[in-house]
This record gives sequence, structure tokens and C-alpha cells, in this order.
Amino acid sequence: MDFNLSEEQIDIQKAAREFARGEFDPDEALDLDRNGQFPLRIWKRACHLGFIGIHFPNQYGGQDLGLLENILVVEAFCSRHSGVGMALGLSDFGSEVILRFGNEYQKRRYLPLIAKGESASSLAYMEKGQTDGSSFVSTVAIRNGEGYLINGEKIFVVNATLSGPMIVFCQWNKTKSDDQVALIVEKNGNGPVPSMMGGQIGMRMVPMVSLTYNDIKVPQGNLIGEEGEGRSQFVNFLNEMRIEAAAMGVGIAQGAFDLALTHAKQRVQFDQPIASFEAIRNKLADMVTRLEMARLLTYKAAWDFDRNGGDVLLNCMAKMVSAETAFEVADDAIQIFGGYGYMVENQIEHFYRDARMVNVFGELGQTERLLIADRMIGNI
Amino acid sequence: MNFDLTGEQKKIRELAKGFAARVIAPRAEELERSGEYPYDIMAQMASLGIMGIPFPKEYGGGGGDWVSMHLCMEEIARADVSLAALLDVTTSVVANEIYAFGTEEQKQKWLIPLAQGKEIGAFGLTEPDAGSDTAALKTTAVLKGDEWIINGSKQFITNIGLDHASIIIITAKTRVGEEGKTTVSTLIVPKDAPGFTLGRRYEKMAFHSSATHEVFFDDCRVTKDHLLGDIHKGLAQHLSVLQTGRISVAAITTGLAQACLDEALAYTRQRHLSPQSLLKFETIPFKLADIAMMIELSRTIYLKAAWLKDQGRDYTLEAHFAKLFASETATRIASDVLNMYGPFGCLEKYPVSRYFKAAKLFEIVEGTSEMQRLVIARELLG
Repeated sequence: MDFNLSEEQIDIQKAAREFARGEFDPDEALDLDRNGQFPLRIWKRACHLGFIGIHFPNQYGGQDLGLLENILVVEAFCSRHSGVGMALGLSDFGSEVILRFGNEYQKRRYLPLIAKGESASSLAYMEKGQTDGSSFVSTVAIRNGEGYLINGEKIFVVNATLSGPMIVFCQWNKTKSDDQVALIVEKNGNGPVPSMMGGQIGMRMVPMVSLTYNDIKVPQGNLIGEEGEGRSQFVNFLNEMRIEAAAMGVGIAQGAFDLALTHAKQRVQFDQPIASFEAIRNKLADMVTRLEMARLLTYKAAWDFDRNGGDVLLNCMAKMVSAETAFEVADDAIQIFGGYGYMVENQIEHFYRDARMVNVFGELGQTERLLIADRMIGNI
Repeated sequence: MNFDLTGEQKKIRELAKGFAARVIAPRAEELERSGEYPYDIMAQMASLGIMGIPFPKEYGGGGGDWVSMHLCMEEIARADVSLAALLDVTTSVVANEIYAFGTEEQKQKWLIPLAQGKEIGAFGLTEPDAGSDTAALKTTAVLKGDEWIINGSKQFITNIGLDHASIIIITAKTRVGEEGKTTVSTLIVPKDAPGFTLGRRYEKMAFHSSATHEVFFDDCRVTKDHLLGDIHKGLAQHLSVLQTGRISVAAITTGLAQACLDEALAYTRQRHLSPQSLLKFETIPFKLADIAMMIELSRTIYLKAAWLKDQGRDYTLEAHFAKLFASETATRIASDVLNMYGPFGCLEKYPVSRYFKAAKLFEIVEGTSEMQRLVIARELLG
């Protein structure tokens, strides 16, 4: 056993924290959050310094590092500002499908642009009638001459308004739920037209859209892997994504905790800092303990992913615990701030709103709970 | 024992329920998005007599009781919590304070328009350094000749930004003359008093159609007769009406939680093939069962507290229980229902997203959960 991060990992963590401290301007973040705008300037800077796509191999513009290094960055960003952190963390959303399953041409074509900040990737899986990406989809792809034709509708798609590749999961064999196909759609003039889904309570810098695909043509070369492999690629992607989402939760909890701790030490009521009251001390102790548990599980899941390719049980646990922890800690942080916590200007409340997104975006905590149970119980 | 509502109470609740569903609910999303104040709805609430239910008819009220008032608040909160909070502040706190401690002249002048809903009231207790520690206030008022000279500021003041908000009741450290002994008193300050200024409007996580501001008093002058009640008992008086406000917070959060359950039931019915198919599973049905149980408990405790008040009996402990239990319950329920909605719950067009953001405030206002526990413990330990 060795719980230490390597020197390189510590350096990455430090660099990410310093970057976030230096580049995440609070006033800018407040405006971006209020207006639902992607943090373009900060994203370009982060890409320029190599923080995005850190887990891509060198030849595709990355740093040849693993998921653990990637989530150290995501955590550091989210702890400084959950809105900016989530937007940066999700700017390469879905790129792992290309990284893990794409062919050499696809990797060379898309990944370096994503790492450089010239493209933001997106992934379209969810549809109306689903609450998460755990079932079969009604968007269909059929062969059309040399390529494919996509018809259907996707919802909750991120980064669709930025340029870059979009990976669309379509049903291939309509009678077999796991027989799907993943196709790359380029977001240019011929792509589907995005329609905003409306204001979001959290993750506001990542506006989510719905997309209607009406006979969208995709060339043969944009097929990822083989026909019929889409579902297993998506399941594999979820394994990696859950761990990244868990890291967002850990970052959010850390950020909210840091602010609450500082406030509790400074805020004087009844002639003493409120941190001297047992009620607040108990709360802070619980917050930091939950945070440590979520972090340990998340790092373990990432470590296991890098070493053994990932384990559903571990990454479901990590995501579920981190999402709940992020919310509980942010909730307690607002409580410690009292009325100040509820006012937007003090920049605590966004942690509460953003934390909620970790639990429902991509996949529900409840789904993870049942997946854990499935794994434990097996067939009965 | 008798858990039945009277005919009158049932009638008032039905009236509020119908009004809330017909007039308020269809506008709730737009109000939260635009942050505009629904003056037309406020006027309709006034003409229905909702604002003055518990006050005698000679003071512009309805001659009803606090149970009816709170049943109304629950029903209105079920449609929009900002409007329900308006009732809490104006009726349960400000009008209530004037009714309980005001002179006949003060009641004639200020209670009547509040009870009739023609004017709105605000109260100012919180200051930058006086939150839970209400006694740490710094605002001062010195009686010079026939006038109180007030200096200081108050923050997070609900409703004061409304056009027809006419007065704010503040707590201040008062002295009679420069040499006098300092005590804490409550003063009625009209919004048009010289030296009163409205500060910036706060941007909050939710409650966007509620006008919350900071306020300043710079040599603000009001005549002697603006002192409310006993000069030495201002803080105690004010805290005693906040007890009623706690019942109101409990009624409002019960309404909020009920709205969440309404949504959850509609949503699960719509999403799943039939209740029978849903009942093959336990996750959601069990959660719904818990939610319904918690709401019933919230409702029962706020009604008990209101009933005790109507009987003229002590309701301190029950008001704290009700506020603490109902507000924490509502936050949890809103969060659980949002989870049931999945990512859809995070879209602001779905009511549950509003409930989720709004619920949290009630664990803070009119005494944080921590302060409720502290006071309950003090009552128990003597």
C-alpha cells in the first residue's frame, strides 16, 4: 500500500491550483454563471498550458498521463470555482470514446485540436423518455451508400454550440438494446440544429441543448470501432466519466468547505468566532470527514482505472458518494454562512447548485446504487 | 382532542387554494425568471382579505384566527413561496407586532392599511454584524426633543423594495437624550422618513420576485410616537412576534413540500406506464411514502402551534419544533424530488428546480436551524 501521490502528480496538482487561483476571476465567473456562457478565455489558457487532454498520449497533443492526473486537475479547478471547473472538465467530454476506440486517423484528426483548445468535444446519448444513459435509444442510424444516415433526437447535449466533434450514439439493430453504433458528427453547417433546453440550476457555463437529427449524413470514416459496438463503448466511457464526475464532486466539496472554514473562523457572533461553537465545529468535522472519504474512493477508482482498466463497482461507489458528499458539504457551507450564503455575490450558493448537477448529469446516483446492488447480488 | 378544522377554516383554505391554483401558479415560473413583482396578484390577495385574516374587523382584518391564516399561507406557498413570504413578513411579523404592542393611534394609522393589504410592511433586525446574535446590533436612535434620530444600517430586508412597502419596524439601541441609558427598542420607520435610504437590491439564489434590499439610516428622523411598545423591551417584543413568523415559515415550507409531492406524483404517473407497474419497484414508491409522511407531520405541528396561539397559550417550543422540522424536511423533500426528475429537475422550467433553490432559505431565515436547536435545548434544560 502507498497512499502518496507521486512527485509528478503533486506538481500537477499544484500547477492546477495555481492556475485556477490566477486565472479564475471571481467577477468574470459571476457573469459567466449568470449569463450561461462558456468560459472561453479561461479554457483557451488552460489548453495552452496543457491541462486539457492531459490523459491523451503525446502524439495526440496530450501529456501521456492517466485518469488520476486528469482528475487531480478537474478537482483543483472545481474547488476554486465549481462552474468554471465543470466547464473546463467537460470541454473534452466524450473525447475518451475517440481516444479508447477511435482509429488512428480519428485520433490524429480530433484529439490534438481538443487538447489545444480549438475544438470542444461533445457526446449525445440521452433521449426523451430516459432519465439517464442506461437504456436503449430511439435515434437510429442506417447505412446510406458509403456512409450513414442518422434520424432522431438527443437531449442534454453539452458543448454542442462550440465547434468540434460530436459523438452520437444510435440504435443499430432495433431489436437488441445493446446493439448500437457510435458516429462522429462534425458540428458544421450540415449538422443538426441545436435548441437550448432552458436555464439550468447549475453547471450554467455548460449550456445543454437538444438536437434533432433529420437525415444527417455521416461518412463511413466517422464510424467509431465497428457497427454494433456503440453500447459497449458507451458503457466503457461511463466507467471513466463517473470517476471524472466524482472528482468534480470532490472539488466542489473542497471548495465549499474551504470557504465555510474561513468564514467560520472570521465571523464573530456572541463575541466569538462561530468556529468556536460546537454546533459549527461538529459540522466542519463532518464535512471534512465526508470529503476525505469521497476523495479516497475517487482516487482509488482512478488508480484502479489506470492500473487495471477500471471496475464498475468502484467507480459507481465513487460517483455516488462524491455526488452526495458535494451536495451535503455545500449545503452545510451555506448553513454556516447563513444569509450571506444565499446571496449570489458571496459566491457560495453556486457550489450548492453545481453540486446538484453531479448527481443527475449523465447518470443518476440511484442508477449507480442499483448497479452496485446488481454487482453484489448477481443472479438470484 | 379534535383534529377537524372548523367550517370557517375549511372555507378559507379552499378559497386560498383555488386562488393560488387559478391566479398564482400559472405565473410562478415567469415571476421567478423575470424577478418582477406581481402587484396585481398582491392587490387580489388584499381584496380577498387574506392579508388581515387574524386581526379584528375594526382594524381592517377578517376577525379570523391564526390557524386559518397559516392554512392560507400553506396553500399560497404551494403555488409561489415569494408571495407566501410576503404574507409571513407583513401579517405574521409587522402587522402582528403593531397589533400586539402598538397604541390605538398606531393601530389606526399603520395596522389598518397593512391588514387591508393596501400597504406592505418590512422588519429590520439583521445587520452586518448582528445575524443570529440579534443583540449585537449597532443601529442607534437618540431621542432629542420630540424626535428620534436614527443612524445605522440593516441588511437582507425582505419586501422593503416594493412600491407599496410603507414602513419598516427596526430594532435599535435607543437613548433618551445624549446622556441617557442605552436600551433596545423597536421603532416604526416610514419609508419616506427623512434620512432613510434604500440600498442596493440583493441577487439571491431564488425568490427573485421578492424585493430584498439593504437600508440605511443617516440622521433619519421620526417623531416620538414612532416608538413601538415598551422602550426597554424592544428586542423581546420583536423576538416574540418572530415566534409567530416561525409558525408561518413552517406553514410555507409545508406548502413547498406539498408542491414537491404534487409534482413528484404527476411526474411519476406521467413517466411510468401505470401506478401498478411502478409499484413493482420500491425505490420511488417508498420515497413517496416518506415524503407524504413528513409533510403530514410538518402540517400537524404547525397547526398545533397556530392553535395554541389562538388559544392564548404558550407556543414557544411548538413554534421552534415546527420551523425546524418543516424547513429541514422541505429542503430534503425538494432535493429528493429533484433527484426523481433526473437531469430534467435541473432545468429551471420545471417547478421542482424552483422549490429546490427556494427551500434552502427557510433553514436560515427567522433563526437558523442551529438557533432553533439552541433555543429548544435551553427550554428543555431550563
